[in-house]
Amino acid sequence: MTAELVSTAVAERSTDRSAVALSEVSKVFGRGTASVHALDQVSLRVKPGEFVCLVGASGCGKSTLLSLVAGLDQPTVGHIDVEGGVTPALMFQDPALFPWLTVAGNVGLPLRLRKLPRPEREARVRELLSTVHLEEFARRRPHELSGGMRQRAALARTLGLDSSVLLMDEPFGALDAMTRDILHDEVERIWIQRRLAVLFVTHNVREAARLGDRIVLLSSRPGRVVWERAVDVPRPRRIDSPEVAAIAAEVTDRLRQEVRRHGR
Amino acid sequence: MAVDTRPSPNNSSGDSTITGLDALELAGRRQRRSLGQRSWAATWPKLVAVAIVLLAWQLVFWSGWKDEWVLPPPSEVGAELWRMVQTQHLWHAIATTLRRGIFGFAVAVVIGGAIGIVVSRSRVLRAGIGSMITGLQTMPSIAWFPLAIVLFQLTESAIFFVIVLGAAPSIANGVLAGVDYVPPLLLRAGRNIGARGVNLYRFVIAPAALPAIVAGLKQGWAFSWRSLMAGEILVAIANRPALGTQLEILRGLNDSAGVIAVMVVIFIIGVGVDAAFTRADRMVRERWGVLDTA
Repeated sequence: MTAELVSTAVAERSTDRSAVALSEVSKVFGRGTASVHALDQVSLRVKPGEFVCLVGASGCGKSTLLSLVAGLDQPTVGHIDVEGGVTPALMFQDPALFPWLTVAGNVGLPLRLRKLPRPEREARVRELLSTVHLEEFARRRPHELSGGMRQRAALARTLGLDSSVLLMDEPFGALDAMTRDILHDEVERIWIQRRLAVLFVTHNVREAARLGDRIVLLSSRPGRVVWERAVDVPRPRRIDSPEVAAIAAEVTDRLRQEVRRHGR
Repeated sequence: MAVDTRPSPNNSSGDSTITGLDALELAGRRQRRSLGQRSWAATWPKLVAVAIVLLAWQLVFWSGWKDEWVLPPPSEVGAELWRMVQTQHLWHAIATTLRRGIFGFAVAVVIGGAIGIVVSRSRVLRAGIGSMITGLQTMPSIAWFPLAIVLFQLTESAIFFVIVLGAAPSIANGVLAGVDYVPPLLLRAGRNIGARGVNLYRFVIAPAALPAIVAGLKQGWAFSWRSLMAGEILVAIANRPALGTQLEILRGLNDSAGVIAVMVVIFIIGVGVDAAFTRADRMVRERWGVLDTA
């Protein structure tokens, strides 16, 4: 079943459509001499059903880029097109769950804001929670859960937006290795089942090689697309497999070159 | 090859790894003592404190520092209090005072809350009025009374005027602090999941600000209670017994035991209301996960 879904996903990816398209996007914060050029003429396409990992050293404007795609901020120059004009779902390193709501309340809030009738909403919440294996914790509050569970609850909440585009901003950066590996499997499974286009920001190159169809490297200050590479390792992958490690090593080398450029 | 031995992501062994990990991480997190144990643990230190105060008072009395009619012993005040409790007069006084306190506080909540909401929405107002609100808080409430009496003469309106001026700034400040300290990440998350405009206020900002709002209400009540007592001592209205008025009358009669007995009543009401606010504050913070439940 997984193999079948993967092949449909691959077929979808071979189309010319873009789920997200950035053309010549620049973002400048502040004015005059104090201004910071966060992004400089970034052009990037994510095809429907494609998993793109953005890597870069600190200060490369990765998070800025996601904010722009999510529509939380406007680019200074350039265009961002999201297919069908949908609002992309956004996940952060911090789960950003609302502490005054239960897990079910958090997951149900996007549905409530869309005015889904209650019985339908409850069914959807159950379905979303079972997707992330949190059915039993529906009535708990976020502070009663572990970090990995909170992040899964946050994932379920963003999935409730029913967006075909998922933006993830270092979502597993604060988790221990074992939890992170399991969440990689989870995200991969959900991505395949829901045929999402994912734009995944990370500074962990192994994670990028484990998850991405494509890895895009951003330079720092200002952020520019400097290099990209397809990840041609068949799925399912393991983060500790030699193929993934080889690609990670290659990306690391490129990343170090980029960082050294700043030392000169 | 390594890939072949790996469990595929959606088979049951992957799921059970997840549930196993969840169980391990949550193990030993929930431990609560029973209600009886908790209330006893909260009560006995207070009883000890009261006993120490009574003992010190009795020692001062025995030392003969003041004449008995100026500083009566605890037993005499206790007897006086017991006598008062059996009169209609005391209960009328309590009713009047509480009615004034609750009404004044309610008006302060409406005015302070409205000011807080309006000011928090505008940067210009925030810069101008925000600091003025904090300035108003430093004004001792009794300093408002001369003006209040000029404006409203010796009426209940003068008392309400001072209660509102005393409490509203704290309440407005609570709202402002709450709105200011909503974590920006929650705002971003809220906007991303579709809470915009009024909905952002209703579903994100208001609940996120609630702990600070409750703290502001608690402080506001403390100010209104103080203003009310000052007001009742200064503004005595004929044929309307009130706790503050009663204090002033009994002082005029040199009835020390009576004065202290009324003070005990005021103290008990103050402590009781404060405990209710503390409880509300705790409940909110516990629910918000700000407080460790351990």
